[in-house]
Amino acid sequence: MQPDRPPAAPNRTLLEVRGLTMDFGGIKALDHFDLRIREGEIAALIGPNGAGKTTFFNCLTGMYAPTAGDMLFFLPGRKTVRLNGLKPNKVTEQGLARTFQNIRLFPNMTVLENVMIGRHCRTRARVLGAVFRDPRTRREEREIVRRSYEIIEKIGLADQVNEFARNLPYGAQRRLEIARALATDPVLLLLDEPAAGMNPRETRMLDELICRIRDEGLSILLIEHDMKLVMSLSDHIFVMDYGKKIAEGPPPEVRRNPQVIRAYLGEDIVHDHA
Amino acid sequence: MARKRTIMIFLRDVRGALLISLWFMFLTFPIMVIKVNPIERTVVWRWDNMAYVGLLSFLLYLAGRQYLKYRERRLESSRRQSMEEKTKRFLRRLSENPVPAYTLMAVAGVFALSFPFVFSTYQTNIMITALMYVVLGLGLNIVVGVAGLLDLGYVAFYAVGAYSYALLNLHFGVGFWFALPIGALLGMTFGILLGFPVLRLRGDYLAIVTLGFGEIIRLILENWNEFSKGPSGISNIPRPGLFGLEMPLETAITYLYFLMIGLVLFTVFVVRRLQDSRIGRAWYALREDEIACQAMGIDKTRTKLTAFALGATWAGMAGVIFAAKTTFINPASFTFLESAIILCIVVLGGMGSIVGVILAALILILLPEYLRAFSDYRMLVFGAVLVLMMVFRPQGLIGHRRRTYTIKPDAGRSGNAA
Ligand SMILES: Nc1ncnc2c1ncn2[C@@H]1O[C@H](COP(=O)(O)OP(=O)(O)OP(=O)(O)O)[C@@H](O)[C@H]1O
Ligand SMILES: [Mg+2]
Repeated sequence: MQPDRPPAAPNRTLLEVRGLTMDFGGIKALDHFDLRIREGEIAALIGPNGAGKTTFFNCLTGMYAPTAGDMLFFLPGRKTVRLNGLKPNKVTEQGLARTFQNIRLFPNMTVLENVMIGRHCRTRARVLGAVFRDPRTRREEREIVRRSYEIIEKIGLADQVNEFARNLPYGAQRRLEIARALATDPVLLLLDEPAAGMNPRETRMLDELICRIRDEGLSILLIEHDMKLVMSLSDHIFVMDYGKKIAEGPPPEVRRNPQVIRAYLGEDIVHDHA
Repeated sequence: MARKRTIMIFLRDVRGALLISLWFMFLTFPIMVIKVNPIERTVVWRWDNMAYVGLLSFLLYLAGRQYLKYRERRLESSRRQSMEEKTKRFLRRLSENPVPAYTLMAVAGVFALSFPFVFSTYQTNIMITALMYVVLGLGLNIVVGVAGLLDLGYVAFYAVGAYSYALLNLHFGVGFWFALPIGALLGMTFGILLGFPVLRLRGDYLAIVTLGFGEIIRLILENWNEFSKGPSGISNIPRPGLFGLEMPLETAITYLYFLMIGLVLFTVFVVRRLQDSRIGRAWYALREDEIACQAMGIDKTRTKLTAFALGATWAGMAGVIFAAKTTFINPASFTFLESAIILCIVVLGGMGSIVGVILAALILILLPEYLRAFSDYRMLVFGAVLVLMMVFRPQGLIGHRRRTYTIKPDAGRSGNAA
């Protein structure tokens, strides 16, 4: 994806979260939550409904200001960044990009334009450049289109570049959200329930896509309820309930954890053993 | 069974129409029925008028209902997808075969160029006013139509521009051409000063604050006599000059007309380029979803501020020209009604559409002028047109359209297709 990034070195920490707490006036959506993500891995964050997973993403991306705790981003080859207090757009500039649980595309813009918006934080042209269209601006604009199209091709939406985002089928919209996030050149990609509402075929495509993204050197943290997908994809799983981390480890270990089974009682993790 | 249902629905419509006509008769009772004769001190009851009002509103309502139903049925049968397909095909045909578009543009161009020589000075003057609103509409279109920021105090920046020329000329004898950029800059400065604290607010609050700001500027101009000469205003503002040339009135107006045409072309040029740029895309995206925008790395406040300041810049420029055209300004020219009309132009034209805004400005300004013959009813007709437009074409004259790209398989180069 990015030629200028040093190759991912496994075991080097990319993101460290310590004691993260988010208090919504009495409800502790996050309660001293810890998490560590290594470079080049696919990590999953799972937990029952209302466990605080989306809240964690919102804190990480600067949409909520956490009550307590630290979020540290160790950029390969750069200075460590403390994410607390950064505005959402600054977080994205640092290299964290996300998708949303309830799809938030720009419905009345085309597929291509949606992805081009993702390039915004990596480009610079301003009003005067837009009016005068100097060579630099034109070059930049061409580059935006080229890069965006490249990503759209990879995501498999090349036939619909000029289609309005709202006209896409559901699964394609979810993939377009990933494409848009990829356009910001992230180091860590945060996916909030990317398979929600997808049919089995679309889920398979997603599985493949996520693997491909990882192979290109990105690290991924995904929230997901589809246990089959989580178990097959992730290198490391964090389980949370009521804002607390109740377990973590590689998939087989987590699957056997009695606490996890208790939290998920009635959900399909038990069946997926087969 | 189905027959019975249609009759039932029709009867419900009739009942609705009856209620509506009763309501209208009640509403218009004081103006349509009662007529006081102050000399003879008698009241004339014109009951026949009430019957007309009742009948007319009854029939109009019924007809409107039927039309809406017809439209619904048609929409259902030819689904939205295919409609879009049809427009797309039409646009493609237009871009592949640009002859009709060019012919249309050529006709409009010839008409615009010959206008002051064909029509009277009076007509030219009206046209200048209309063109001024085109510029104002295009300016506000950046703020409201493209970036989606509801600005109800736009006229304040217009006033800033007008007063900056009037006052600079009064005190320092500054000429028009020098005042034009200054007015634009001052408009922009005020836009930034107001925008900075205010643009954190969401939709409705922003509307209220800008509304208040517009009124504050007007009240300052009205009450600060030493500064702005208060309600009596400033007169004897010189018309735009041409290298100090003395011009007879008629020539001066023709000159001003062409100046306005130039400004309109310039504005269209700038707005078009802005819309089709990195910053323009960010404005559209902000209108669509602010949170997603921020997550994509767009600085919300800064991007909004740019749109707001640019809109204010254009209002400032239009203000300078307004002062030069009327040669007299006072605060009464900058009431909320002006902001409302400019906003109407943007909404009526279709949010974000340049051609739509130009058409809407011409219609909204020229229509009342040429309806003067019906003096008493012209505002009524004007209002009715607005209401009908919003009922039957809420997306405005020209709907929102996005640029499409053609990607060449090799280098992924782009070209404009729509
Ligand atoms: N802005 C907010 N204000 C108050 N409470 C909130 C807010 N956002 C989330 N919560 C609460 O925090 C808790 C965790 O919510 P969150 O959305 O993070 O759950 P989740 O793990 O993403 O669940 P799901 O799997 O259903 O998406 C819930 O009890 C929710 O009601
Ligand atoms: Mg959630």
